[in-house]
Amino acid sequence: MNVAITINGDERSLDVRGHESLLNVLRNDLDLPGTKDACEQGECGSCTVIFDGESVCSCLVMAADADGSSVTTVEGLSSDGELHPVQEAMLAEGAVQCGFCTPGFVVAGSHLLETNPHPTEPEIREALSGNICRCTGYGSILRAFETVTGEES
Amino acid sequence: MTTRIAPGVRGGIGTSVLRPDGEPKVTGNFAYASDLSSEGMLWGATLRSPHAHARLLKIDIAPAVAIDGVRAVLTQDDVPGEPLFGQEEQDQPVFCDGVSRYWGEPVAVVAADDEETARRAAAAIVVEWEPLAPIVDPDQAAEEGSTFRDLSVRRGDETTEGSVVIEGFYETATQDQAPLGPEAGLAIPDGVGGLDLYVTSQWIHVDHRQIITCLAMEADQIRCHPAGIGGAFGSREDISLHIHVAMLSLATGRPVKMVYDRSESFVGHVKRHPSRMWYRHEADEEGNLVKVTARLILDGGAYAHTSRAVVANAAYFAVGPYNCDNVIVDASAVRTNNPPCGAMRGFGAVQTCFGSEMQMDRLADALDMDPLDLRRRNALAAGDPLATSGQIIDGSLPTLAVIDELEAMPLPDALIEDDPRLLPGGTGLTTPASSVVRGVGYAVNIKNLAFSEGFDDFSEARAVMTTVGVEIHTAAMEVGQGLVTVCQQIARTILGTDRVVVVWDDTSQIGSAGSTSASRQTQMTGGAVYAASAGLRDKILESFGGDELHEDGVYLHGEMVATIGQVCADGPVENQVQFRHPETFPPDENGLGDIHAGFVVSAHRAVVDVDPELGLVRVVQVDTVQDVGKALNPQAIVGQLEGGTLQGVGLAVMEQLVVDQGVIKNPTFTDYLIPTFVDAPAVGTRIIEEGDHFGPFGAKGIGESPTISSTPAVIAAIRAATGRDLTRVPVQPEDIVGI
Repeated sequence: MNVAITINGDERSLDVRGHESLLNVLRNDLDLPGTKDACEQGECGSCTVIFDGESVCSCLVMAADADGSSVTTVEGLSSDGELHPVQEAMLAEGAVQCGFCTPGFVVAGSHLLETNPHPTEPEIREALSGNICRCTGYGSILRAFETVTGEES
Repeated sequence: MTTRIAPGVRGGIGTSVLRPDGEPKVTGNFAYASDLSSEGMLWGATLRSPHAHARLLKIDIAPAVAIDGVRAVLTQDDVPGEPLFGQEEQDQPVFCDGVSRYWGEPVAVVAADDEETARRAAAAIVVEWEPLAPIVDPDQAAEEGSTFRDLSVRRGDETTEGSVVIEGFYETATQDQAPLGPEAGLAIPDGVGGLDLYVTSQWIHVDHRQIITCLAMEADQIRCHPAGIGGAFGSREDISLHIHVAMLSLATGRPVKMVYDRSESFVGHVKRHPSRMWYRHEADEEGNLVKVTARLILDGGAYAHTSRAVVANAAYFAVGPYNCDNVIVDASAVRTNNPPCGAMRGFGAVQTCFGSEMQMDRLADALDMDPLDLRRRNALAAGDPLATSGQIIDGSLPTLAVIDELEAMPLPDALIEDDPRLLPGGTGLTTPASSVVRGVGYAVNIKNLAFSEGFDDFSEARAVMTTVGVEIHTAAMEVGQGLVTVCQQIARTILGTDRVVVVWDDTSQIGSAGSTSASRQTQMTGGAVYAASAGLRDKILESFGGDELHEDGVYLHGEMVATIGQVCADGPVENQVQFRHPETFPPDENGLGDIHAGFVVSAHRAVVDVDPELGLVRVVQVDTVQDVGKALNPQAIVGQLEGGTLQGVGLAVMEQLVVDQGVIKNPTFTDYLIPTFVDAPAVGTRIIEEGDHFGPFGAKGIGESPTISSTPAVIAAIRAATGRDLTRVPVQPEDIVGI
């Protein structure tokens, strides 16, 4: 079936199959591999995107249900070499090791700061508890978000 | 090695420079193996055995072949070369060879026009099985002599007896590395009968050897390329889909991609060996260890993989970083029909550290001693013999300094009672604050560095000076740990320029760098980069009669004698080396000898809040002090300490692959629990710098050490809170409650 989705500001029209996830369409049809596929059960957050203003696991969104929606992926958060403050902070704090979870943290974290610009530590932990990182132990990710919110406050 | 450090260079050793792959990773532009594609690419899928043990009576691929879009269906009959592969022992068939020896063993692979068709076709293959009784009890396997290796250590006087005796039996569960990046690979035909392979790996040269053997091809026909990796932790040290995807590409003449989904990933890589350990510690009245006796059984599952080396590590670090002159260890890695096990961060030392550190705490209680004082009294130092092998510890081993520094670190504040997010059980509100008991526990560990037992362990690297900077060539796999940054830092420091790029060569372009495992790449590939760079510098200085190399040229007594343009007038200048660590030797008939190249020590202190009525635990804080030799990149060290510590916390309180009659019952992230942001404790880190005897600038590898003693530290803290001896990890609520 045909769907129209606004991806990172561009309206895209495409033919999707009924059982396909938004994640699958992003990665395989729209050539946006920055959104990662790690569990396909909504457990790890590697595929997080902003879907009509909400932070969601794109593996749990049917592509057909995305018709008429607006989606922001990690590729849409930086432009012309200008990094998003969350991206800058994660780089600076060493919050990137293997990096497979990083796009998910960047997207979920950017959404957190939009909805709660000055989160406390427990709020940061809770808001990002749907994103699994296997490398860092979360310490450097926490420091990165504390840096961003510190700058903004 | 002579150390001459170029002056004034940016981004050299000792600094926390940004990693060069960081920006592509935060923007989503870094290409992982699962992101790769190629024109005209097919997709591969695997059919796996539904039986832990069964005879394969008949296989009918016709229903798969008949599906539109299917291009190839391959089984063991189609393997052109050697039917078996394996890193240490070639005992595993490429596909099921008539008997399924574990649940999920590959039976056939399919290539089709798209992923869905490939998976549908794999499921359409009809297989007739005759189920057989699986061997799933490791004790039974040991009794029947079904082992990959039995290793006995006999050191000192077996008849010695201590006046204080502690016996215990301990178990550790199967832990999965669960790297976020799945197994993935792309094979591309080169048009002349060969292939280029891009598969997730920790060691492309050892993959290459196994692949060409099974494909019956010449070495230069297959090129294994480094591919972007989303974590490893040991899971990528052995072959997964490499041979399958290569065979499909050769059979179809088309590029073929394979990616495991999460459930397939759980069966598609080896795991941490589950273990059973019996210990007897004997000490005198002052707390000096006089004899340690241990019987260790590690379940290696169906195929050998690295079990032989894992069980050796379990045996040699069975006493921990303590002096003891009389040691008896009998260790076996057994063959069963359980999931195959191999490398995971800590590699055998994790299991025995849990058992031996629990013993040390119980011994301290029996002696009415402070547990840290008991450890200090017995602490192993440089110049002492390792309790098991008797090998005199060369290089640094600051066990005492690590313990003292850890004890001096500040403890966390008391429980904040009004925040339910900080209670055991979390916001589920199952625990009132008044029920919570706090506990503090310590554990210390020792592990070997790099490969042992006489293995010819080396890494090859090439340093190339060009007019626009330096290239470092290596085939060492960057799995996320930051090797790429450390290689740059070492080369910058030696060669006097910050313009250094690391070029990942394929197997045809450079020799082996060895595996990204055994905490070895900072020392081994770092050592190779050091030697290659130092040799290149000396070669250039000698050619132009200079005494210093700077970014712009060669200098003598502060005056430039040649520009970099002149240095490279005839083209790039290069220097290639193979770096080796001090020679090691296989154990003698008593299991003794100079078996290891070097050692690293670290310790953890855990603080937990426990609800003893419900058996719930919150790990509040874990602090660690790490022996690093020399800190090359302080920020990367903190990343290893925090991340490694959390993997150990995971094994302590939640991570367990549930295996029933050989069948994995929880192969998903829904059911195999990994610590999330809200589970993760605060982790405090400190380092001890005492230069080691090999490795660049005295640095040690620290990849594994942070994972090893965090598990027993957490359990020691729960024991301190509850007064219960806890003997298995992950600890269960019923263990804490005592039912």
